Amino acid sequence: MKDSITSGKAGNRKRESIRLWAVALWLVLWQLLSLKIGQEILLVSPASVAFRLAELVGKGDFWRSILFSFERILLGFTLALSMGILFAALSSFCRPVREFLQPAVLVMKSTPVASFTILCLIWIPSRNLSVFISFVMVFPVIYTNLLEGILSTDPQLLEMAEIFRLPLVRRIRYIYLSQVMPYFRSACTISIGMCWKSGIAAEVIGMPKGSIGEKLYQAKIYLNTPDLFAWTMVIIVVSRLFERVFLFGMQKLLEKLERM
Amino acid sequence: MDIRVERLCKSYGDQQVFRDYGALFPEGKVSCITGSSGKGKTTLLRLLMGLEQPDSGMIHGLEGARLSAVFQEDRLCENLSPLSNLRMVCRKRVSKQELVRALERVGLTGCEEKPVRELSGGMKRRVSILRALLAEFDVLLLDEPFKGLDAETYLKVTAYVREEIRGRTAILVSHDPRDMERLGGVEFRL
Repeated sequence: MKDSITSGKAGNRKRESIRLWAVALWLVLWQLLSLKIGQEILLVSPASVAFRLAELVGKGDFWRSILFSFERILLGFTLALSMGILFAALSSFCRPVREFLQPAVLVMKSTPVASFTILCLIWIPSRNLSVFISFVMVFPVIYTNLLEGILSTDPQLLEMAEIFRLPLVRRIRYIYLSQVMPYFRSACTISIGMCWKSGIAAEVIGMPKGSIGEKLYQAKIYLNTPDLFAWTMVIIVVSRLFERVFLFGMQKLLEKLERM
Repeated sequence: MDIRVERLCKSYGDQQVFRDYGALFPEGKVSCITGSSGKGKTTLLRLLMGLEQPDSGMIHGLEGARLSAVFQEDRLCENLSPLSNLRMVCRKRVSKQELVRALERVGLTGCEEKPVRELSGGMKRRVSILRALLAEFDVLLLDEPFKGLDAETYLKVTAYVREEIRGRTAILVSHDPRDMERLGGVEFRL
């Protein structure tokens, strides 16, 4: 088995993939329930959703909306990731920094998306809303998990590093990365889903023009349930794709770092 | 330079481990610290490594010395391969072939790329020993280095270690009198 610093205890378990038969069964149940209710405005059928999605895909506006939201949520995620890593590293050896950040992290974790969104609309243009919201949702998750990972690093390994006089770069590359990776991976998996959900939720409230959130809001006010479900499917697919691509890229980068 | 321990005192709470302990560990030789459990053998090694400080007394001869160690625990990065664990401590760039050859000297073949957590206890032990020998050192400290090795592997590994530390300063802690015989050491009984 190829050596990998991400294949810790958490990575060693086989990640359970979604089974096609389970998805098919849920679709059948959904279709049956939709037929039973008999009113698409209440519960649209999967067939209608698929049909509507096929219509949307052919329109340029569809892709522009995805790009609009994706760019901003990605930016918020990236900023949160970078600053989460930086501040977790700082906090791990500087207690005053850790204590200073603690109340801010707690507030970010506990405050509802809606509160942040309404506050943000006072300060920043609505078109950049999802950048900020994604950031405040992701930063505490990344920061907290990474900090815990760093502080949980086996002290015996750190003693070993002292005896062998390992430079800081090697300690980070061989010891800290290896120890922290399961925490980091877990944090990314959680926060990618969160940043999409919260970013889109903020767009529904703030309605930046051309965003997926605006489309959802329009579907709501026109009681356009097929559009609502279709756009929801889009959000799920984009979120899952982004998660896969990101985690795959991260794995490859770390394997390369280790082999250097 | 010889390593001199003078009037060493160390206690943990009410338990006094060393009181005015003194010893001279000669340069270029293997010194074997023996004694029953709880006598402070590992504590002495930790004091020599600088991982703990004595309550009083002095240790001379280790100032600025480059240390290497085989710890009582393996202390390997479990998610990394033996190659990565070895590469970690090598100052100069070492080729994969050289590291593979070194692993073969201690009887490890075919597992170079596996994560260490997949290796047996004896295999991990050999990686720890090899790591200590591949690092550049002036003084080598070994704490029960050969535990967990089967008889045949024990002979192979001790022969290899003896060859590698010939003429170099090493301090070995062991319960097993065979270790001292195999490495040709001088006994220091606690």
